[in-house]
Amino acid sequence: MNAAAGVRTREMSYAEAIRDAMDIALTEDERVVLMGEDIGVYGGAFQVTGDLVERHGPDRVIDTPISELGGAGVAVGAAMTGLRPILEFQFSDFATLAMEQIVNQAAKVRYMLGGAVSVPVVMRFPAGSGTGAAAQHSQSLEAWLGHVPGLKVVQPTTPEDAKGMLLAALDDPDPVMIFEHKLLYKLKGQVPEGRYTTPLDKAVVRRAGDAVTVVASGIMVHKALEAAGQLAEDGIEAEVIDLRSVRPIDRETILESVRKTGRLLCVYEAVKTLGIGAEISAMVAESDAFDFLDAPIVRLGGAECPIPYNPDLEKAAVPQIADILDAARALATGRR
Amino acid sequence: MPDTAQANVPFAIATYDPDRLRAALRKMYLIRKFEEGAEDSYTRGLIHGTMHLSIGQEASAVASCMALTDDDKITSTHRGHGHCVAKGADVARMFAEFFGKEEGYCRGRGGSMHIADVEKGNLGANGIVGGGLPIAVGAALSAKRLGTGAVTVCFFGDGANNEGAFHEALNMAAIWKLPVVFVCENNKYGMSTSTERSTAVANIADRAAAYAMPGVTVDGNDFSEVAEAVETAVARARRGEGPSLIENVTYRWRGHSKSDRNRYRTKDEIAGWVKKDPIARMGAMLVTHGIMAEEDIAAMETDVDDEIAEAIEFARSGTDPDPAEVTRDVHTDRAA
Ligand SMILES: Cc1ncc(C[n+]2csc(CCOP(=O)(O)OP(=O)(O)O)c2C)c(N)n1
Ligand SMILES: [Mg+2]
Repeated sequence: MNAAAGVRTREMSYAEAIRDAMDIALTEDERVVLMGEDIGVYGGAFQVTGDLVERHGPDRVIDTPISELGGAGVAVGAAMTGLRPILEFQFSDFATLAMEQIVNQAAKVRYMLGGAVSVPVVMRFPAGSGTGAAAQHSQSLEAWLGHVPGLKVVQPTTPEDAKGMLLAALDDPDPVMIFEHKLLYKLKGQVPEGRYTTPLDKAVVRRAGDAVTVVASGIMVHKALEAAGQLAEDGIEAEVIDLRSVRPIDRETILESVRKTGRLLCVYEAVKTLGIGAEISAMVAESDAFDFLDAPIVRLGGAECPIPYNPDLEKAAVPQIADILDAARALATGRR
Repeated sequence: MPDTAQANVPFAIATYDPDRLRAALRKMYLIRKFEEGAEDSYTRGLIHGTMHLSIGQEASAVASCMALTDDDKITSTHRGHGHCVAKGADVARMFAEFFGKEEGYCRGRGGSMHIADVEKGNLGANGIVGGGLPIAVGAALSAKRLGTGAVTVCFFGDGANNEGAFHEALNMAAIWKLPVVFVCENNKYGMSTSTERSTAVANIADRAAAYAMPGVTVDGNDFSEVAEAVETAVARARRGEGPSLIENVTYRWRGHSKSDRNRYRTKDEIAGWVKKDPIARMGAMLVTHGIMAEEDIAAMETDVDDEIAEAIEFARSGTDPDPAEVTRDVHTDRAA
């Protein structure tokens, strides 16, 4: 079900859409609890939980102490024993404090116990740069978690997907990690009312084209669409794929596009090396789509450095629209 | 140290010569006016990012550094401007950091949350709550192994006392009898979460018992009380007797950061604490004991105003970093 299918929709911001999903879940399912730092009366650092504590009470919208490792572990234990916790990290950077519980416990418990339990926990991570918050509050760590079997890792890019993927994550019996780019929270869009789910393992073509395939993730989808719009003015039609899921990656949607365009550009905000782009490039190189390539694959990712504070440096550290434009144009026109 | 109880003279008056006391008051003004200047620059859109102001907590920062020399170290927090000034930093270079300039303490790479002044022994503010605690223990281990005689004062907030890093750090400092003084600035809240809601013990100093070290709770807005507690703990550390935990009870007048709506506390509570202004109390103490006259204090304020205005000018006319140097200093340049 989606906005196109004639369902009633309402304009909402990305943050409101997430809140709407949590509100529905809290209302429909007694097992759902929200946990996190300052998600109660403060409403969350990015005002995502907002007034949910007033509607559902502090026993279900639980402010934790500043204890990321403990908080994650409590969520894992609760998920193993009947609750459906949604844990908000104040910034995705603080996942680093909770890696033990995320990587060693949440991701592996089911496997280690031979399938005897499931860990239906959802974790939400406000991520990315662009706010001037510098090196410890601006990282994009989705590929870190994407490296761990047992986790599902998604990056919704629209209000509609943010809601549908959160509800899908709650339905999922296994741990789902949701990376939300901070600069998207205020983005508005039409969102279907009521309950619906959006698949956690499907990429989506946001703009069709035949000249070059641009696979983008997170906020880079919006930058890639901007660039594609400008390219179209020059008669170059780029196909923009919103990756949506980092683990698993929707191989077929990407290969199909590459077979059509013969050119591939991967764009993501996280540090370029050993990341999403390397994985997608390898997927293509290992497949029949490789034979369709008319040019070497190009990756655009974050610079090999922490995110700096100075605004000009901060912009220099992650791909910008102009970078995407240049790279896509060069690929499409064969000038490299 | 002199026996102050009998003479009914505050510890600080009996211990420090008038020049040092005047310099301490001046630093307290410098902190406040630095932060007011930063806030104003932010409101006028001259600087970006976020900032955490310590207005109302100046006695804790300055008094806690009275026992230290430039060879001693501190570790600081996200709310670290006061610690930085107290340890001897130049506000012009601090402003330059805020403005993202090469002249800043971090060459514009760190911003408010990462200001450090390594030459003066300030190992840095920290974007991670609790991040500085084990680092302080490491600095103390260095001092002990290398026989430098240096002591480390570790600043942290009440919220940080619920991170695992706090407990691990205090334990290691105690088992190895390291020269470190843990100074908790208990301003009643970690963001929106009160200590009553976040912390199992009534006083954070009570946690010292679990790590077999002395723990005291003092009025953090009373310069003399804080100075006495820290002098005692630093002397103990220098004698090789190990760490101490001091809890300075204080209050932040401003919101947690720029985006705080203060929904978790009342106007009355804030107003009550504004009446306990640590700077006014320090000034009154110096007047009462004949160290300064009211006019001297007024002149000092004007002098500090001038220094702040000049510092902002210096910062605004600083050098912008070259975006081509965004990956500089990720690693040490071994050729240099
Ligand atoms: C590991 C980590 N968790 C959460 C945060 C977000 N955060 C920044 S400051 C803060 C509150 C800290 O409270 P406290 O230690 O009492 O210091 P205060 O802000 O009161 O000075 C929080 C939750 C962070 N920066 N790092
Ligand atoms: Mg606090």
